Amino acid sequence: MAFLSYLINGLSLGSVYAIIALGYTMVYGIAKMLNFAHGDIMMVGAFVAFFALNSFGLPVVVSVILSMLATTCLGVVIERLAYKPLRQASSLSVLITAIGVSYFLQNGAQLLWSSSTKVFPSIIASGSLRLFGGALSISYLTLVTITACIAVMVCLTLFINKTKTGMAMRACSEDKGAATLMGINVNRIISITFAIGSGIAALAAVLLCATYPTLSPTLGSMPGIKAFTAAVFGGIGSIPGAFLGGLMLGVIEILAKAYVSTQLSDAIVFAVLIIVLLIKPTGLLGKKLSEKV
Amino acid sequence: MSEKKTPVLEVRDLGIDFGGLTAVNDFNMDVYEEEIAGLIGPNGAGKTTVFNMLTKVYQPSRGTIHFLGQDTAKMSVVDMNRAGIARTFQNIRLFSNMSVLDNVRIGMHNKITYNELEAVFRLPKYRQQEQAVEEEAMELLKIFDLDKDASLIAGNLPYGAQRRLEIARAMATNPKLLLLDEPAAGMNPQETEDLMKMIRFVRDHFRIAVLLIEHDMRLVMGICERITVLNYGMMLAEGTPAEIQANPQVIKAYLGE
Repeated sequence: MAFLSYLINGLSLGSVYAIIALGYTMVYGIAKMLNFAHGDIMMVGAFVAFFALNSFGLPVVVSVILSMLATTCLGVVIERLAYKPLRQASSLSVLITAIGVSYFLQNGAQLLWSSSTKVFPSIIASGSLRLFGGALSISYLTLVTITACIAVMVCLTLFINKTKTGMAMRACSEDKGAATLMGINVNRIISITFAIGSGIAALAAVLLCATYPTLSPTLGSMPGIKAFTAAVFGGIGSIPGAFLGGLMLGVIEILAKAYVSTQLSDAIVFAVLIIVLLIKPTGLLGKKLSEKV
Repeated sequence: MSEKKTPVLEVRDLGIDFGGLTAVNDFNMDVYEEEIAGLIGPNGAGKTTVFNMLTKVYQPSRGTIHFLGQDTAKMSVVDMNRAGIARTFQNIRLFSNMSVLDNVRIGMHNKITYNELEAVFRLPKYRQQEQAVEEEAMELLKIFDLDKDASLIAGNLPYGAQRRLEIARAMATNPKLLLLDEPAAGMNPQETEDLMKMIRFVRDHFRIAVLLIEHDMRLVMGICERITVLNYGMMLAEGTPAEIQANPQVIKAYLGE
C-alpha cells in the first residue's frame, strides 16, 4: 500500500512536470528552439497567482486564470522581443538568448519581489480521499493535480488534431517553408505556440506551489530543468512524449526518494535519463531522424 | 496563334544577386490565362531561382512581377499564396508525417474563418466549416486518384502518388497559377504519360495557368504551348515548342558546340 501511495504522489509531481514539459516540447517542435526561460515564465505565473490570492484576496479560479493570462502575454512578448529578431540566426545564439532571458526574469523578480521566500497560501481543501478502508489516502490536491494534467493533455491533443491552427502547427513543425507556401503565417503560429506553452506553465506553477508552498524567484529553475529532462526523456517535439516523460520522471523521483535516498533522488533521475538516451537517443516516443537520400 | 489572351503573370527585367553572384538577370516572361507554359534550361540555369522569386521565397534584387495586373513588390510568401500562386517542389516537400487528407486540408488553411473559441466549443460554424473542408478535400483527392489513400500517412505513399499529392495540396489553395518544379522527375515513361494527362486535366477543370520546369523534353514538348529557355540566368529564347526545337542557340546551350 505504501508503494501505491508513493506511486500516486509520483504521478502528481509528474503531472506538474508534464504540464511544464508540454510547453518546452511544443516550442521546440515548432520554433526548433529550447526556451530555457520557460521555467522562469512559470515562476512569474506563481508570483502573479500569489499576489492575486494574498494581496487582492481574489478567488482561486480567478487567480489561476489571471496568472495564466499574465504568462501567456509574457511568453508572447518575450518571443516577439527576444527570439523573433533571431529567426535567421544560428540556434546557438537563440539558446544563449534564452538563457539570458531566464536570468533577466529571475533577477527582475528578485528586484521586484525580493529574494526572500514567501509562503504560498493553501488553495485546495486539505482533506483526502480514503480508499481500502483508510489504508490508502489520496489528498484532494493530488487528485486535482492529476486531473488538471490529464485535462490539459486532452485539450491540447484535440486542439492540435482537430483545429486549423493545430493543423497549421503540425505543418510548421514539419516544414516551415512549405507551410508558408501553403499560406500559413508562420510567425503567428509561433506566437500562438508560445502563448499556449506559457499559459499552461502558470497552471503548473500554481499546482507546484500548492504542493510545495514556498515561493522564491529561483522557483522555476529546478522544475524547469526537470521538465526539460522529461521532454527529452519522452522525445523532444512529441506531445505524448512530454506527457509520458513528465509522469515517469515524477514517479522515478518519488520512488527514488522513498526507497533509495532523498539526497540522491535527483542524481537517479538524471542517471535514468542518460541510460534512456544511450539506448534510444531520440527519447521514448521521439521520431527517428532518417534522411532520405 | 488564335485570339490573344490576357496575361496572369508579367515578369519584367527580373534579377537577383547572391552576394556578388548574379543568379538571374534581365529575365522577362509572360504567362497567359489557361495556358501551359514551360521553363527549361541546363542545370544551374536559375529555373528554380525564378520559381523562388515568383513565390517570394527570394525577394528579387531588380525588376517587377505583376500578377493579375497587380504589382507584387511588397508582397510576402503568404500574400503571394493568397493572391493565387501555388507551387510544388523539385524534391517533394509533403508534410510526410501527416495523413494524405490532412496535407490537402493544410492547403485550405486560409479558407477557414472560424476562430479558436468557436473551435474549442465546437460551435456550428466550426463543424460546418470542418465538414465543408473535408468534403472539398476528398473531392480534390478523387481528382488526383488519391481518395482511397486519404487516411494513409503521406510519407508512406509510393513516389508517383506523392508527386500527385503535392499537386493536389497546391490546388487546395485555390491558385490561379500553378508552378510545377520538375513534376516528372523520377517517373517512368508510363507515369510521365499519366502526369501529362493530369496536368492538362487540371488546367481544363480548374481553368488555371500552369508554368512548369522540366527536363523531360517529351513532357515539355508534349504539353507546353509556349516555352521560355533560361541559360546562365538569362533568357535565351522564347516560343512555341517547334520554334524552340529549331532554335540553333538553344541546341548549342544544351549540346555544346
